[in-house]
Amino acid sequence: MAAAALQPVPASAPMSDEDAAGQAYFDRIIAEDSRIEPTDWMPEAYRKTLMRQISQHAHSEIIGMQPEANWITRAPSLKRKSILMAKVQDEAGHGLYLYSAAETLGTPRDVLNQQLLDGKAKYSSIFNYPARSWADMGAIGWLVDGAAIANQVPLCRASYGPYGRAMVRICKEESFHQRQGFEILLELSHGTPEQKQMAQDAVNRFYAPALMMFGPPDDDSPNSKQSMAWNIKRFSNDELRQRFVGMIAEQVKVLGLTLPDPELRFDEETGKWIHMELDWQEFKDVIAGRGPCNAQRLARRREAHENGAWVREAARAYAEKQNNKRKAGAA
Amino acid sequence: MSTHQDHSLDSFGDAAASATRVTPGNALRPEDIALQTDRPTEDVAQYALRLGDDSLVLAQRLGHWISRGPEIEEDIALGNIALDLLGHARSFLTYAGHAWDKTEDDLAYWREEDEFRSAWIFEQPNGDFGVTIARQLVVSVFQRLLYSRLVNSTDATIAAISAKALKEVDYHRDHATQWTLRLGDGTEESHRRMQEALELMWPYVDELFDDDELTERIGAVGVLPSSLRAEFDAEIAAVLDEATLTLPAVPRASGGGRRGEHTEHLGYLLAEMQVLARKHPGATW
Repeated sequence: MAAAALQPVPASAPMSDEDAAGQAYFDRIIAEDSRIEPTDWMPEAYRKTLMRQISQHAHSEIIGMQPEANWITRAPSLKRKSILMAKVQDEAGHGLYLYSAAETLGTPRDVLNQQLLDGKAKYSSIFNYPARSWADMGAIGWLVDGAAIANQVPLCRASYGPYGRAMVRICKEESFHQRQGFEILLELSHGTPEQKQMAQDAVNRFYAPALMMFGPPDDDSPNSKQSMAWNIKRFSNDELRQRFVGMIAEQVKVLGLTLPDPELRFDEETGKWIHMELDWQEFKDVIAGRGPCNAQRLARRREAHENGAWVREAARAYAEKQNNKRKAGAA
Repeated sequence: MSTHQDHSLDSFGDAAASATRVTPGNALRPEDIALQTDRPTEDVAQYALRLGDDSLVLAQRLGHWISRGPEIEEDIALGNIALDLLGHARSFLTYAGHAWDKTEDDLAYWREEDEFRSAWIFEQPNGDFGVTIARQLVVSVFQRLLYSRLVNSTDATIAAISAKALKEVDYHRDHATQWTLRLGDGTEESHRRMQEALELMWPYVDELFDDDELTERIGAVGVLPSSLRAEFDAEIAAVLDEATLTLPAVPRASGGGRRGEHTEHLGYLLAEMQVLARKHPGATW
């Protein structure tokens, strides 16, 4: 079986009967394209891979609230303010579902959160770019949420049950967000010349970073193969990226804007979309912490966490007092 | 081997639910009110303007908490409350605007500071979480009493908006009460901070209950604020007592928000809220 072939058991650790039975069950579930649940046996590497992926995804939702929260107080109409607030709030909700899914793998949320605060955990590099103008609320919705959806719809069928089910709900809300983002850009591109320029500028800035959201090219993505063998990932990075480019290449015409990509075209021969070379050094730099907003995003998260410490302590102390009262009452 | 438990997300409860979900309580939207043709009288419009400004200013304050809360759950809760208040504001402003052929956005973005009719407590800065909760406690207890009367307003639109708002502020009151108890009767530090927060907020309580010519003139369209005071005091006293907190004995601030006289805080709040809209006069978004 492919999964077993890619995950050789070290010779130094002979499998117990229980582990062998577990591995056999796991292999069968993967072969049947069925679902692994939290109480099922699973290979340690599978657990680790999922834990890393799901917690990174959760962190991305939480950090991703910041660029958009940046515009809540300045939204230019009350309707847009209301939509934006609901959207950022949805993202907090996504973070919660995903932390819960990650917790089923055995690591509590406060540990995951600490990894984020300590700078040990990664999150999507796109959120290290600044949201400079109102039009960025449109570009983030259309391009960033759009890329997220292209990535995440196949994850609804991920072999790990809690992850797949979380993605179903998240994708529903993300597609709502993408439509809202598109609508913001549509309104701007049909507005005053200044508004149209604002929209074009936002698309120009977010295009390449959005394409990088699919991860490095296939020949430089060492973990992809194993994730595909485990039915976590269904399509390769490059495959998803070219599909996404094809979608936005059509949609941008409706917007009356352009994509900043002179090489963009549909290749009849291969049936694939071709796009420009992306600056993977920039991608690596941003992931390594050298993006425009890495320090700012983490500082904000730490600040919120530290400022809230006394509140969380109070809630714990109160709960304890109430428990003691109940016990005393029962005695 | 496998127990295949149900881990469906529905079991996670409403705390994580999207605020964009449509519920029967959301039936009346600002867009619906915008389509109405009946024009409120000047007095009714002025009254609706007060209600709208109170909620708008507080929504603007609370919106700042999103991504800064002590827990993700609080980002969601405070965001939800802000969203509810913004909804009420949009409805009341839309209705008020009918009297002057103005939209909710005309009123929110293009009025000057001295044209806002909100009371002072709504514009007070967020402070720490305790200060925000103290403000929420006062406001939500006040608004719940207010809307529970306004559902019987002789003005059908005010009654309808209030009916929707009542369900929501009832939840806001619960949220503020639960946190007042936790902070008041939590740790020594939280008790101290919460007591200080109450002292900071209390000078602005009395203004909420001031009657004036308008509230007297409109009669059963509205409610005399002073008539809500006894119930407010009783309810607050019960919460503070259970939270081991003390009712502050501090002099009232003069107030004047209903006449367009505000504290120094409102100017900054409006500058931030209005800056983008005002850079692009005549634009739609």
